[in-house]
Amino acid sequence: MAQFALKTALPAYLRDEQVKIEAHAKAYGLDFFPTWFEVLPYDHMNEIAAYGGFPSRYPHWRFGMSYEELRKSSEYGLSTIYEMVINNSPAVAYLLEGNSLIDQKIVMAHVYAHVDFFKNNFAFASTDQGKDAATGQPIRKWIDAMANHGAVIRRWANRVGIEKIEAFVDDCLSLENLIDPHRPHARKSRAVSPADEEKSYDQPGEELPRLRVDRDYMESYINPEAFMDAQRRKVEHEATRTRKLPEEPDRDVMGFLLEHAPLEPWERDVLAVVRREAYYFAPQAQTKIMNEGWATYWHSKILTEKVADGSEIIDYADRCAGVLATSRERLNPYKLGVELYRHIEERWNKGQFGKDWDDCDDLAVRQSWDRRLGLGRQKIFEVRAHYTDVTFIDEFLTPDFVVDQKLFSFGYNVKNERFEVESRKFQEIKERLLFQLTNAGNPIIRVEDANHKNRSELLLAHDHQGVDLRQDYAHAVLVALERVWHRPVELRTIVEGKQTFLRFDGNEHKTKS
Amino acid sequence: MSLRVDQDHSRFKQIIRGKIRQNLRRFISKGELLGRQGKEVVSIPIPQIDIPRFRFSDKQGGGVSQGDGEPGDPLGQGQEQPGKGKAGEGEGDHALEVEVSLQELAEILGEELELPNIEDKGKNRIIKTRDRYVGLRKVGPDSLRHFRKTFRQALRRQIASGSYDAKRPVVVPVRDDLRYRSYKTEIEPVANAVILYMMDVSGSMGDEQKEIVRIESFWIDTWLRNQYQGLETRFIIHDAVAREVDRDTFFRTRESGGTMISSAYKLASEIVEQDYPKGEWNVYLFHFSDGDNWSVDDTLLCVQLLKDKLLPGANAFCYGQVESPYGSGQFIKDLDEHFKSDERVLTSEIKDRDAIVDSIKEFLGKGK
Repeated sequence: MAQFALKTALPAYLRDEQVKIEAHAKAYGLDFFPTWFEVLPYDHMNEIAAYGGFPSRYPHWRFGMSYEELRKSSEYGLSTIYEMVINNSPAVAYLLEGNSLIDQKIVMAHVYAHVDFFKNNFAFASTDQGKDAATGQPIRKWIDAMANHGAVIRRWANRVGIEKIEAFVDDCLSLENLIDPHRPHARKSRAVSPADEEKSYDQPGEELPRLRVDRDYMESYINPEAFMDAQRRKVEHEATRTRKLPEEPDRDVMGFLLEHAPLEPWERDVLAVVRREAYYFAPQAQTKIMNEGWATYWHSKILTEKVADGSEIIDYADRCAGVLATSRERLNPYKLGVELYRHIEERWNKGQFGKDWDDCDDLAVRQSWDRRLGLGRQKIFEVRAHYTDVTFIDEFLTPDFVVDQKLFSFGYNVKNERFEVESRKFQEIKERLLFQLTNAGNPIIRVEDANHKNRSELLLAHDHQGVDLRQDYAHAVLVALERVWHRPVELRTIVEGKQTFLRFDGNEHKTKS
Repeated sequence: MSLRVDQDHSRFKQIIRGKIRQNLRRFISKGELLGRQGKEVVSIPIPQIDIPRFRFSDKQGGGVSQGDGEPGDPLGQGQEQPGKGKAGEGEGDHALEVEVSLQELAEILGEELELPNIEDKGKNRIIKTRDRYVGLRKVGPDSLRHFRKTFRQALRRQIASGSYDAKRPVVVPVRDDLRYRSYKTEIEPVANAVILYMMDVSGSMGDEQKEIVRIESFWIDTWLRNQYQGLETRFIIHDAVAREVDRDTFFRTRESGGTMISSAYKLASEIVEQDYPKGEWNVYLFHFSDGDNWSVDDTLLCVQLLKDKLLPGANAFCYGQVESPYGSGQFIKDLDEHFKSDERVLTSEIKDRDAIVDSIKEFLGKGK
């Protein structure tokens, strides 16, 4: 890697720009990790992109697949990766060799904002690996961590064989989205506290079942000590037998399996690696709109106000228009994000918030509302620290914004066999958008019972929010799950309005309504 | 430069290969690959290679987007927009298209159908040799001295030994610096196998029958091309008369006349005699028909032609009888009767598309 790193260091002319842009970003108040840029030729760029930004990960064919896709689309000129930045401290960003100077400048400004976001947004705190005692800065050495994961899996591959490892990695990846993105923020650790376990049925208030006694003096004859002991044992036995695992439905399915599935040591390691990486990438999925919006906001600020000169501004505008282009088929997170930050900034600058503003229904007053508070910049810095996409949209999406941005909701029309515009109503759009963002667009699935039917079968439950699961995929995931759990698995969900159990017992699928 | 991802990439390709193998029968009987053939590669749609996860079904969800349009307007089911994108984003739902070289496809076909490699006939192969000046060496005749390389070598030596003076740039080659062009003999194999396709295009052969022939010939081509370094194909169509056509015409023509198979065999034997001298070529004859012939006399004439003219110079004569609602299907019985003991004559009945696979096996499974 050493000679690899040497070759990709920033050339002098870009180094100069980097120093300037970094100074501007600091002056604007961005607070980022030290950031290291590398310039890569397109094939290396595709390679690293295929690995999700990390040059050394565990071996798996899907990286080869995404490499193939990236390579093809860049060779056919369909798409180019301009930049990549890794949530790591120091942050590492890759520039594409041969891009024009203005492109590189935009990317650098963009990257600094991303790194600021990584460092300051609360969701990313879960990717900290501790705090540096000397500086108090968080430690995030994920490039090393990923390389270590690679080493762990390679070592096991050498011992048990690559085919076995690969098949098991496939299974684990099928479960990759079954994590609880909020777990890192919860105070309770997952182990059951010992105090709960000590709970006995012998405590006052807990009556042991006795036989009915009409005369008090008969008590010791009808319910003698020996009988009561037997009763006590029975109750205790009953209690341990019916204690549920997990006690509460658990969204961290991967974590649950890690603790309770009968796994070989190598399987445990593989599952742990896949789970750790899933948790590492989770905040990025939770903050896509905010993160890209933030980076776009700052690259346009830095470029137009400080960096770009007259000769570059046309190229800059052209590039920017490309990034912010909207299409009716797909929501552009860059566009939505940056516009929403600007909207917030304007509202807080003009004081368009609080009870007075909410209560005001005079359109003329609202339109000319300007309290000259100038709190906008401060507000968006706060927002970038304390929100994720869901809360960002929930709190700051306004009817005015929806109209301005021509947002609409769409759905599939079965009759016409096509996707159609459904509504331009604020509530419906907001609901749909929040649904799309909730759990990063993944269905919410919990472990309900690890001893389902008292046969140590695994029962999962899908928290159905109006949209069914894709059946063929659900079946395939159950197959993977069974291979991890080693006993039949069942998923409770709703299909076309009816409660349905999908079951896989290792041989065949069964569907029961 | 080799990349780290190469290993994962080749593993991915291996998986693809397995998938193709699994689905090969379907690909064959559906003729799915025919329209996707480039010069040397075939583009194959592979279903479901991605990793399954619990996810929402596409059609119920919908979403939010921005732009013009009233409720009820179609979105226009476009592709994902290209442009900025990060790795791992937007895992598509589409079937993945992979490109596989024809050679690889042939290998997969061979593995799946357990086709034996074709035995070396021990014929004189025509091999052309050609000398090309591609290399360098230190000795040689002066007429082949490579000046630029020689002086470059001298310059390199002088710089290395410190005797080069940039102010007075004189470069003097010594004996060790001299470089001469050297040639390498390249062997260029010449096409040494020919496939002669004959097809009945009389009225009784419908579109479906021709499609079957088309699919089958694609796979035969692919396999034989892999077995021989060079391969020629010729095409003859016939009803009551035969004529030679190009590939496109071969598959598109439809005549309405009667059928005289002997006309095709006659023309074939002329072509073979003229262009493919015995002993130098591996000749493959494929004939597809619905089995209807004009008369018993003509059938006898065919048998005679095969025995005297065609078979002596050919590796194999393959007759594929495509079932059609109009044909009597008699011809295959006649052939079997006359050539029961002749290994070079292979016959196969192709009832429908699903039978193509077996028919390919019958034709090529003997390793002729």
